[in-house]
Amino acid sequence: MSDARHEVDERWILRTELLWAFGVGVFIAAALGMILFTALTISVNPPSNVERIDPKALHLSGEFAEHNLGTTVSGDGTVIVRAIATQFMFVPQCIAVPANRRVTLRFASPDVIHGLLITGTNVNTMVIPGFVAQVHTEFTRTGDLLMPCHEYCGQGHSEMWATVQVLPENRFKPGSDGRISCAQR
Amino acid sequence: MRNVDRLCLAHFWVAFGAFLFACLIGTWQMWVRSPLGANIGTPGQYFMSVTAHGVSMAYVLTTFFIMGFGYFVAVTALNRPLPGRLWAWAAFWIALLGVVVTIIPIGLGKASVLFTFYPPLTASAWFYIGLVLVVAGSWIWCVLMLVAMSAWKREHPGQPVPLAMFATVANAVMWLWTTIGVAVQLVFQVIPAALGLVQTIDVGLARTLFSWTLHAIVYFWLIPAYIAFYTMVPRAAGGRLYSDTMGRLTFILFLIYSLPVGMHHLLMDPQHGNAMKFVQVLLTAFVAVPTLLTIFTITASLEIAGRLRGGRGLFGWIAALPWERPMVLATGLGFVMLGFGGFGGIINMGYGMNAMVHNTSWVTAHFHLIFGGSVVIMYFAIAYEIWPRLTGRDHMSLAPLRMQLWLWFVGMMVMTLPWHWLGLQGQWRRVANFNYADPIIAGWGPWVVVSLVGGFVLLISALLFVRNLAVLHRGTVVAVPRALYAVAVHPPKRVPAALNGFGLWNVLVLVLMVLAYGFPIAQFLIEPSPSAIVHRVR
Repeated sequence: MSDARHEVDERWILRTELLWAFGVGVFIAAALGMILFTALTISVNPPSNVERIDPKALHLSGEFAEHNLGTTVSGDGTVIVRAIATQFMFVPQCIAVPANRRVTLRFASPDVIHGLLITGTNVNTMVIPGFVAQVHTEFTRTGDLLMPCHEYCGQGHSEMWATVQVLPENRFKPGSDGRISCAQR
Repeated sequence: MRNVDRLCLAHFWVAFGAFLFACLIGTWQMWVRSPLGANIGTPGQYFMSVTAHGVSMAYVLTTFFIMGFGYFVAVTALNRPLPGRLWAWAAFWIALLGVVVTIIPIGLGKASVLFTFYPPLTASAWFYIGLVLVVAGSWIWCVLMLVAMSAWKREHPGQPVPLAMFATVANAVMWLWTTIGVAVQLVFQVIPAALGLVQTIDVGLARTLFSWTLHAIVYFWLIPAYIAFYTMVPRAAGGRLYSDTMGRLTFILFLIYSLPVGMHHLLMDPQHGNAMKFVQVLLTAFVAVPTLLTIFTITASLEIAGRLRGGRGLFGWIAALPWERPMVLATGLGFVMLGFGGFGGIINMGYGMNAMVHNTSWVTAHFHLIFGGSVVIMYFAIAYEIWPRLTGRDHMSLAPLRMQLWLWFVGMMVMTLPWHWLGLQGQWRRVANFNYADPIIAGWGPWVVVSLVGGFVLLISALLFVRNLAVLHRGTVVAVPRALYAVAVHPPKRVPAALNGFGLWNVLVLVLMVLAYGFPIAQFLIEPSPSAIVHRVR
């Protein structure tokens, strides 16, 4: 690869560029292939349920009325958590979930944009007023996890967080109505 | 001093004044949210500061720098007077008025909505009106760039537009497209809400319109750095540009792929389905192409320079490069930061993987490293390169310039690498203080302190930068004019019309935008989302 060759040969330049472009193409194809493969085989998808809900009437009736909030286990064993993200707290403030079981988390906001993540897990979603945010997950470790609001929602934003209590199966005992709250300590 | 030099300097000093102010308050923010400064300052002060930091860095530094640089390129690369000089000054004063109108409500605590101002949180209407004025000033700049290029083309029929100007106009065209999203959001949704004309707002639509602007704006900020890579770095290193055509292709690809990708910022949002998210992730992957092509072309150009300077062997040419020159040093350091930041960006793009890092410190780290690191370090290098041409005075010594660039690089790495790590641990963004008594958060403390050290190093570098420029105005060493723009190994004699203008590419942008944003926006018109009540911050 002599200097002279650089200077004179336009075809050499084109050849190196095409070779590099080919490598770039392979890289892009591999990255997209991986995304597509994990989406199709193990359902690695972002939360995208596009389900509308009126933020102005959230608390009046329906799914996000106060008596429906928290963890519910239905007859077939499905675990659904419903919570409201509002300035500047989550309702309820503590959420009990079972370890190693599929859990569906559903959130809605009556006021401004919020968001949340649960530390040490892949649970992460925005909570946009007007829509229900839904995440499916399985908690693999027991113990208390933090669930902070991660989108700026006003002056009290830093104080907005809840606790997720991941309970082992033998301590996850819902009442006769299928409801369970955090264990008192 | 020529009038156009004063025009450029006026823009640059507004840009770098805002930059220094933002560095100062940014360091304060890091201090109060660290274990060392816990409980200093109120959340009200903190979010006011974050808003001012974001607005200063993202809107003032960038827009004014890009406008000033554009005027400089239009005059020097085309070698003809700037058309519409009065318009250029008018644009400057309009944009500066916009900055003042924006910053006053921020300072009064009536606009603590951060620089992304997501409704239904709503600031004082003046905050948005000021931003609109800044954008209006930049639109005049866009038109002037287009006028300058077409005037040159008329005078030089059939000749290829110099690459630096071609790229500047690509950026202007892209910026016109980019601002449509936020302009529609502000004029039809946010400003009526801020004025109290409407009491509710469609939040899903507002977020979607903002995302239209949100990614391409970053490429607007980035393109000056790439203009320096292609048109200044090869000459500064003592070599030639490997390929002029590759440069043109790169800037065209930026124009095309920066725009239809903004929804990758909304991957964790519930108002869009997986199909459209995937389409935009697909297009996002292609926006890596111009950067990867640039790394190749610039590395090849530097290799030519290194070998011309006597470098031998597979890597010997690297040591032979003139690292003592700020432009070359900044490019080397910028590439390292671009490498780390680009890797992080690929993670962010991962449609499902994004859930690990969305709205964590990882994201803050990513854009500080890419923009604050690799882009701003090139803003420094450009300023060092062209300041002597504007003032007629030269640097007494390059040592403080190199020192400043190194400090910026070290500070940026020390600040952002811990942020990446903390983000993976789940440290969330945009909070005024952390409860370090919590067992999970306590473990983050030491890393937060390390990043704070990086913040102080950055502040020292910022002060040194402004000092390096300020002394030039009083310097006695007269600058000797030397060539600035690089020559290609094979300078183009003619180029196809498609590589010498943007008509065709605008059509392609339109097609891609309809494909990428047609349904995501139309869905809110077909079935409006239930609107939310406007929340005005006081």
